[in-house]
Amino acid sequence: MIRRLSVCVTGLAQAAGARADWAINMPRGVSELSAETYDLHMMVFYWCVGIAVVVFGAMLFTMVRHRKSRGVQPAKFSHSMPAEITWTIIPIIILLIMAVPAADTLIRIEDSRTPDVTVVVTGYQWKWHYMYQGEDVAFYSTLARASSEARHRGSGIDPATVENYLLDVDRPLVVPKGAKVRVLLTSNDVIHAWWVPELSIKKDAIPGFMNETWFQADVAGVYRGQCAELCGVDHGYMPIVVEVVEPEAFQAFLDSERE
Amino acid sequence: MSTAVAEMEAHDHHGPEKGIRRWLFATNHKDIGTMYLLFSLVMLFVGGAMAMVIRSELMMPGLQFVDPGFYNQMTTMHALVMIFGAIMPAFVGLANWMIPLMVGAPDMALPRMNNLSFWILPAAFTILLSTLFMSGGGPAGGWTMYPPLVLQTGDAFPYLIFSIHLMGLSSIMGAINIIVTIINMRAPDMALIKMPMFVWSWLITAYLLIAVMPVLAGAVTMLLTDQFFGTSFFLAAGGGDPVMFQHIFWFFGHPEVYIMILPAFGVVSEVIPTFARKPLFGHDSMVYAISAIAFLSFIVWAHHMFTVGMPLTGQLFFMFSTMLIAVPTGVKIFNWTATMWGGAMTFETPMLFALAFLFLFTIGGFSGVMVAIVPADIQYHDSYFVVAHFHYVLVPGALFGILAAVYYWLPKWTGRMYNEKLGQIHFWLTAIFVNVTFFPMHFLGLAGMPRRIPDYATQFTDWNFMASIGAFGFGLSQLLFAYIVISCMRGRGEPATAEVWDHPKGLEWTVPSPAPYHTFDEPPRVPPAQTFS
Repeated sequence: MIRRLSVCVTGLAQAAGARADWAINMPRGVSELSAETYDLHMMVFYWCVGIAVVVFGAMLFTMVRHRKSRGVQPAKFSHSMPAEITWTIIPIIILLIMAVPAADTLIRIEDSRTPDVTVVVTGYQWKWHYMYQGEDVAFYSTLARASSEARHRGSGIDPATVENYLLDVDRPLVVPKGAKVRVLLTSNDVIHAWWVPELSIKKDAIPGFMNETWFQADVAGVYRGQCAELCGVDHGYMPIVVEVVEPEAFQAFLDSERE
Repeated sequence: MSTAVAEMEAHDHHGPEKGIRRWLFATNHKDIGTMYLLFSLVMLFVGGAMAMVIRSELMMPGLQFVDPGFYNQMTTMHALVMIFGAIMPAFVGLANWMIPLMVGAPDMALPRMNNLSFWILPAAFTILLSTLFMSGGGPAGGWTMYPPLVLQTGDAFPYLIFSIHLMGLSSIMGAINIIVTIINMRAPDMALIKMPMFVWSWLITAYLLIAVMPVLAGAVTMLLTDQFFGTSFFLAAGGGDPVMFQHIFWFFGHPEVYIMILPAFGVVSEVIPTFARKPLFGHDSMVYAISAIAFLSFIVWAHHMFTVGMPLTGQLFFMFSTMLIAVPTGVKIFNWTATMWGGAMTFETPMLFALAFLFLFTIGGFSGVMVAIVPADIQYHDSYFVVAHFHYVLVPGALFGILAAVYYWLPKWTGRMYNEKLGQIHFWLTAIFVNVTFFPMHFLGLAGMPRRIPDYATQFTDWNFMASIGAFGFGLSQLLFAYIVISCMRGRGEPATAEVWDHPKGLEWTVPSPAPYHTFDEPPRVPPAQTFS
């Protein structure tokens, strides 16, 4: 049953970055920032792999070579200032090489000026509330019916039969493609966090405070995320769905909501 | 000098007390060390049982065994038990047993306070674990106890706070004892810089404990007053700030994780030179590196909070300071490798665990560098990638350090060699299963699975299934460890010599095995061959 599902999902995996079984990496995502984040992640990862090859290589070599069973006499050396200096300076240089693009991307992430759309997201135990600032449109977004029925212990419903199990809501957040969407985040009760991996966005929703972040999706599609801060019993049951649509469809959506 | 000797001879050297009095009123560092170690072994299995509940539930999508509320109690208590009940007491047990032996002291500086430090712990954990049976169940807001969520804890709340206070008291008193012993009671020939690395690592860890345990006490007391006495430290409605709790908690929390790893560094620095038959490479650098790590550990705490809404400058500062910790840590890894280089290694069980530490803790270090990078961490935070990172540094890190230490010193404590064949089997089972359990969690986090959820979207099934199998294997393998240790304690196995291993350095190897109840009644002369540097 898992096999059948994975065949379907692998087929869909190309479109809009849907996630497949046995996935081993984060998605590249659909925004410039998500691509930058992904590239940063891969760069640091490759540095780690490179250092691992050298360091683990040295460890493995010495474990094979310098063993008593080969009849070697142990050497006596226990100091080397040049070696110590080298392996202090080189890591510092590598870290500097990583730190520059990281700081660069971070500065861009924190720049939420001149948004096109602003949405106020409020976390509740255990659902989200979305309000389009200046548009008179607001609604709650809760776990979809099918997931909600299947998730209980002893429900008798196999999660594999539920589409987008635990990642589906009754009313998704709809935003226009290519628009800079500023997200203002707060909470009504405890700390929650709003996370959509393909939009590379995650920020805490804190009661009594307003947090600010932004995203700009360049590809239309449906993107799914989950609450990312423990918030009580149903922390795992308050997903996020963002539907990125053409600007005209977005206007149509707002109009229909206002009726 | 002669008056002191005369006083000693006037005392009745009659060996340990009989029966329960020996343990209840213990003031002997060996007895207290043994109690800490056995307590931590029991707690390892208690925390491990909770992990089995967690991994059973996560094996397949859907809820099969527990409800989400109880699941959250399990994740919360698993962490509290493992951190405060298993890892920390195990290292304190090792400190109690080994520090006096390694510095040539007859006992710890404050033996009665030592007794209190230990006996507080069974009381504290009885209180904490009893909350699972109270109305509303045990605490379920995570071991990090963030408000406002933690203030929704039911009847268990004051017991949680009280037990944390007790554990903190135990740690602070233990740390004071360790510092005073090391500073004041070393053999006259043993200059500070010439102490063994295990003692150095504990000297620094003890200062960290004294610095930060009171901060935790402050934080949880503020939670208590917010709940019961009308304060608003963390409640926005009253002018407070939930994020302030996070700052205070992690100011404790980050040095806390170094408290859990520095003694493991000390153990590895003892084991590798012995089995490579070569002195520790760069002894002085190793001391400076540990000190640098300890200092840096105070200025990185907000890397646990990158998604909280911190100003850009703060995020940049904490990113850079966190990345910097990789430098002294790397120095240590390289120095351990250089210790092995050119040696004549054998691979008895303590060495196997030390080498696995070297490999696998380094992997945890790599994922640590990755999570230091803020834009990437925004994606990793509160996902299984973080769970993978900290389990790599805690399990093949801290726990393997403890296992290496136990195998290394067990013959000294019991006078019997443990069964080497069984030890090797325990090692291989543990090392393989630990990777089967935790490596897939990197993938799960990258694929988008959040932490602290009892059920998940179906695309996460395969790695979760693998991790659960690994966890069951890992848990079962530790039963073998308990068998090995208890056999040794009951007198099974070859008699051990004083040296146990092949010409190891250190004063502990100059006393018989098992170590007599009272050792170093007279301060020993420390021959140059026994000093380090």
